[in-house]
Amino acid sequence: MDEETSASRSEEDPAQSQEGIDSFDPMSGPMLFYNDRVIDHFTNPRNVGDLSEGAAIGFGLVGDPRCGDQTKLWIEVSSGRIARVRFRSFGCPGAIATSSMLTVLAEGRTIEEARAITDDDVIEALGGIPARKKHCSLLGVQALRAAIDDHEKRSSAAREDPA
Amino acid sequence: MIYLDHNATTPLHPRVLDAMLPYLRERFGNPSSPYRLGREAYAAVNRARRRIAEFLGAMPDEIVFTSGGTEADNLALRGVTRALFKSGNHLVTSTIEHHAVLKTFGDLEALGHRVTYLPVDPHGIVDAAALRDSLAPETILVSVMLANNETGVIQPVDEIVAIARERGVLVHTDAVQAAGKLSLRLHALGVDLASFSAHKICGPKGVGALYVRRGTPLAPLFTGGSHEDGTRAGTENVAGIVGFAEALAVACEAQDEQIARLGRLRDTLEGEIRARLDDVIVNGGQAPRVANTSNISFKGVEGESIVLQLDLAGIFVSTGSACTTGDPEPSHVLLGMGVDPLAAKGAIRFSLGPTTTNEDVAFTAPRVVDAVRRLRALSSLGERL
Ligand code: FES
Repeated sequence: MDEETSASRSEEDPAQSQEGIDSFDPMSGPMLFYNDRVIDHFTNPRNVGDLSEGAAIGFGLVGDPRCGDQTKLWIEVSSGRIARVRFRSFGCPGAIATSSMLTVLAEGRTIEEARAITDDDVIEALGGIPARKKHCSLLGVQALRAAIDDHEKRSSAAREDPA
Repeated sequence: MIYLDHNATTPLHPRVLDAMLPYLRERFGNPSSPYRLGREAYAAVNRARRRIAEFLGAMPDEIVFTSGGTEADNLALRGVTRALFKSGNHLVTSTIEHHAVLKTFGDLEALGHRVTYLPVDPHGIVDAAALRDSLAPETILVSVMLANNETGVIQPVDEIVAIARERGVLVHTDAVQAAGKLSLRLHALGVDLASFSAHKICGPKGVGALYVRRGTPLAPLFTGGSHEDGTRAGTENVAGIVGFAEALAVACEAQDEQIARLGRLRDTLEGEIRARLDDVIVNGGQAPRVANTSNISFKGVEGESIVLQLDLAGIFVSTGSACTTGDPEPSHVLLGMGVDPLAAKGAIRFSLGPTTTNEDVAFTAPRVVDAVRRLRALSSLGERL
């Protein structure tokens, strides 16, 4: 996307990323204004799908009890790195976009690096989300950690029972 | 742009703007001023009051102008409870009221009143028979809306009135979503208080009215000047009031034709969507509804995601009441009807209005189908439910 244009625009007038409606600060107030990067990940979510069963797989499912939104996430680990990651989400635009961005951040990382990814990292990578949508970014992050735990459990089970 | 959120607000009708403009320009007087400019404004307010009373089947002195539906609800509920605090402290309402009513009752509970919330059947209709059991000697007021803002379901206010009357209990109805969509004769309906809002019927924002049947005890919320017979102090929103009357006139003139037309468009929209998608529920679809409203649950997807995808396609709809958008919890109206929480999460409200065209509906239906299909394909609840 046109990173340059938005950079020069924000230099001219940091308060005004675009005209009209976008001149509201998307981080504050009750409005659900999502920025272009969030919209992009909502409209074209990356790494959607699931991975089939296998020893190298880890699966995580996390739901938010308050809003009922849910994200499922699968990882495939190869030589200690996340080789592939897939997700599905029954969620609001915030949940879909943050889960999508999380998969982008996690792919290719070592298990330790992936476990260290926080909701704030995801939000920062998206250029921010509305304040009341902050909890949505936890779905993907927690699903990833659950998938890592699941993978570790499976691989230690496989070690104990190599048959 | 296709606007299908008329239960949130409506565009100003050109005739309404024309009626208002003189009172924002040269006829800007204060209705309380003693000279001609003031008397002109006073006359305009009273003419509007007479017109509104006539359209609603009431007397002019029974119309109290407010800043909108929320203030009318607050004035009715708080005004009656204060005026009758010696007679009793029990109030009755339903679980599916607008937040302007529900949260006011919540506040009255915190102040020591007892409130009974009448349940709703699966079709979204308030259980009027349950009112009989809830009435107590200390019951002073029942408040049940005329048409629900989220589902459009028409409530049995006439039955509520009949039951309450026997026991000498006052009845308030929030008629904000009924005006212009049902023919209203307030005297015949028999309620003691009814709330209205101008901006839901192509009038301006910031003005509404409370109908107060003659003789109904009511304490004011605002004190100050003797405006509105002392019931509502504050200089009248003259242009807004004039616009409100004009909006009601426009709505009533075309009412029967609009009801028939919007009902057909609504049925087309529902029909096209249901023909192309499985696991779709029209909430309240089996109940009598106002013609413009359709509340549809799309299982497996989250309503806000549908709203955003349609927004990107230039179609404006909502997940429920505009006042609660952004609240991650599912609609209290749908949960109150017993809709499954996951289905309630996937609910979208389409509310049509006088400017909605056949083309709008023809454009919208396939885009709703696309949005739901895409979101179901990436949903963790799976495509098959
Ligand atoms: S509202 Fe709960 S995940 Fe977005």
